[in-house]
Amino acid sequence: MIDLIKGTLIIAGSLFMLLASIGILRLPDLLTRMHATTKAAALGVMLIMVAAAMHFAETSIVARALAIVVFILMTAPVAAHVIGRAGYFVGSKLWSGTVKDELRPNYDPLTHELKSGMETQENAKRQPRDTDPD
Amino acid sequence: MNHVFLIGQVIMSLALVLAFVRVVRGPSLPDRVIALELFTTTIVGMVGLHAIKSGIPSFLDAAIVIALMGFLAAIGFARFLERGGPRDD
Repeated sequence: MIDLIKGTLIIAGSLFMLLASIGILRLPDLLTRMHATTKAAALGVMLIMVAAAMHFAETSIVARALAIVVFILMTAPVAAHVIGRAGYFVGSKLWSGTVKDELRPNYDPLTHELKSGMETQENAKRQPRDTDPD
Repeated sequence: MNHVFLIGQVIMSLALVLAFVRVVRGPSLPDRVIALELFTTTIVGMVGLHAIKSGIPSFLDAAIVIALMGFLAAIGFARFLERGGPRDD
């Protein structure tokens, strides 16, 4: 029974990784490719690590496998966000079918400054604080 | 059970080949960086599967280290891109 579950987890995990690589090969631009790889590959690794935990079934090894799962779960979105930001800043082309680019009107590609749309003369004034020296 | 391991390894090797096609063809450097990140994630899976197949749990430590290296490489490449280093892609 446990062999059946393990085999199912292993095959499902490797299929998710294959899906991620098909996505990175077939999708049209940087952000869509990133959306395919980050989620599908992280899910694939997590399924395989759950299979490893079930295979060994000792406390220390289960803890190690869960540590890998937590690590992947925490680092994959951070890495994707950082690379997506860098890719946008160096000016990678978006797909021609992109519906909306909300960053474009608020972003200055020369100075890398972002605007929030709330800049007014009123907001630019410095508010006095309690810690200010008189 | 051995057939399952073999099928999993074949599928993940195919995934590596497809990701490598994107590394070679990728029109810009960020595309190649995410393809390399997919590489590391797939290799973590392969090492985990090898740990199950060989019955040696120490391979999971290697998987942790590979995942950490992949994350640091992604952060480093992103810093490099944002600083505007020399590029040839």
